[in-house]
Amino acid sequence: MTEATQITDKKKRYSAGVLKYRQMGYWMPDYVPKDTDTICLFRITPQEGVDPVEAAAAVAGESSTATWTVVWTDRLTDCDSYRAKAYKVEEVPGRPGEYFAYVAYDLILFEEGSIANMTASLIGNVFSFKPLKAARLEDIRIPVAYIKTFKGPPTGLIVERERLDKFGRPLLGATTKPKLGLSGRNYGRVIYEGLKGGLDFMKDDENINSQPFMHWRDRFLYVMDAVNKAQAVTGEVKGSYLNVTAGTMEQMYERAEFARDLGSVIVMVDLVIGYTAIQSMAEWCRKNDMIMHMHRAGHGTYTRQKNHGVSFRVIAKWLRLAGCDHLHTGTAVGKLEGDPMTVQGYYNVCRDSYTKTDLQRGLFFDMDWADTKKVMPVASGGIHAGQMHQLIDLFGDDVVLQFGGGTIGHPMGIQAGAVANRVALEAMVKARNEGKNILEEGPTILKNAAKDCSPLQAALDTWGDISFNYQSTDSSDYAVTPSVA
Amino acid sequence: MLTNPTGKLTQGQFSFLPDLTDAEIGLQIKYGLSKGYAWSVEYTDDAHPRNTYWDMYGMPMFDLQDPAGVLLEVNNCRKSFPNHYIRLMAFDSTRGIESVAMSFIVHRPPNETGFRLERQEIQGRSMRYTTHGYAMDKPENSRYGK
Repeated sequence: MTEATQITDKKKRYSAGVLKYRQMGYWMPDYVPKDTDTICLFRITPQEGVDPVEAAAAVAGESSTATWTVVWTDRLTDCDSYRAKAYKVEEVPGRPGEYFAYVAYDLILFEEGSIANMTASLIGNVFSFKPLKAARLEDIRIPVAYIKTFKGPPTGLIVERERLDKFGRPLLGATTKPKLGLSGRNYGRVIYEGLKGGLDFMKDDENINSQPFMHWRDRFLYVMDAVNKAQAVTGEVKGSYLNVTAGTMEQMYERAEFARDLGSVIVMVDLVIGYTAIQSMAEWCRKNDMIMHMHRAGHGTYTRQKNHGVSFRVIAKWLRLAGCDHLHTGTAVGKLEGDPMTVQGYYNVCRDSYTKTDLQRGLFFDMDWADTKKVMPVASGGIHAGQMHQLIDLFGDDVVLQFGGGTIGHPMGIQAGAVANRVALEAMVKARNEGKNILEEGPTILKNAAKDCSPLQAALDTWGDISFNYQSTDSSDYAVTPSVA
Repeated sequence: MLTNPTGKLTQGQFSFLPDLTDAEIGLQIKYGLSKGYAWSVEYTDDAHPRNTYWDMYGMPMFDLQDPAGVLLEVNNCRKSFPNHYIRLMAFDSTRGIESVAMSFIVHRPPNETGFRLERQEIQGRSMRYTTHGYAMDKPENSRYGK
């Protein structure tokens, strides 16, 4: 027995003092994770001179039972099963000083149906732990045994489509702009024009709640008049994500109830309300036949940098279990951060029945979703009709494509902007189904569709060449070639 | 006529495009069959946005693999119901989907009359909305002409 391995002699192990984490039993290189274990993959950057195995053991310790010193009270418990076990440490390819640490957690460690409880352990103290310069939760395998304690999305993408009577194509949306300052009456105008023009959904922005320029009740009343009017002039189900985010749960429930009473098919919340509030709102949505849209406001503060924080693929897994029906997951080709393959990984996590390991897409584990309903991913932020072929090629049919500026900024008006997007979408889906290679022939398909549709021609003339080609900060360490949008 | 930019009912996958020719419909059917879907023909003269159950023109064609056969059913339905809406729907029986995978209109009545929005003022500024098809006051099978 050397100092570097677990001390099995109980007297020695539990005598007062400070031991290395790996001596305390948090490093078990021979451990084979059980099917019921939760497995986390952390990317860790130990401080100079800190051994990576000891750092991994510390992560396991600090995210489960350990404190900085030995405590005799451990011996009152079946402490071996409560300890998280680091069982594998590898260097991150091409990133000196960074290591991947695999840690397994027993099923007993987390309360059933509580994302708050799971996250308090997994991303609690451990992320502030001094011996680590940085830490990132890269991926997580949640076992079926734990998944089955969550209700998941209140509606799910299959039932959403059935309710909306929209099949076989991506849904189309737009965020009302400008984000701030419109009165309720002016706001509803944008909603009506967009929906009448051919969009399925309009959307409140994340920071539209109930400011002095527009009280929430006023917004809801005007928006629902616009939605119902657009429904009548098109004969098609329409919706607008009414953002019910507010300072307290009581206010959120009040707003959601008003949205329901006015006949809205969907409400929206921001990620910043927190996991418990999200689970409560999901519960409310289940009771009230409501679709729940999730705007991931704030995620960039902890998902974007590669060496520290939590990957969005983990956030997406938690949110699918917590229960949202729509989730913003990036565009790859738009204005916001997102390496295409990494973004596809987020989409898979939302929609898979069984997620397969796929290192290039950042997926480190197989994970059986055990029939959890599927989340409709939302692509929003700096996309336009001229990218339709790329968007459909990247994301397929089960996605909401949201063109905010790309609808409202159209030179011929909002309705024309909506028409342009809908025609581009339908033409591309039709061409793909006919067997055309849309990635190659996309621009030609759009050009031909524009012959019958001057709004699409105007959209292509205005935005055809706009692209956002910047290097992503968060791409896979296993990509064969760097992928740029 | 409806007053949206298409002038048409916009339900289904392809309502914003020029009406699909039979050859184009055949290609969509072929795509669905290649995915293992079962095609079904449905018709209605009540195209209310929330009228889920259009009438089935026979059962879904689970064992039919020939696009021409599906198209034949579409054309038979057109002959029987020239003044109705007709749509093609594809069903996907994959576990976890088990729903409609494609849906598009393949026939429209000659005169699409659209819908009236009725507002009932309730409780202050609140409103209750009802969508009412202009053709719906006529009996079934005579709503868009005989």
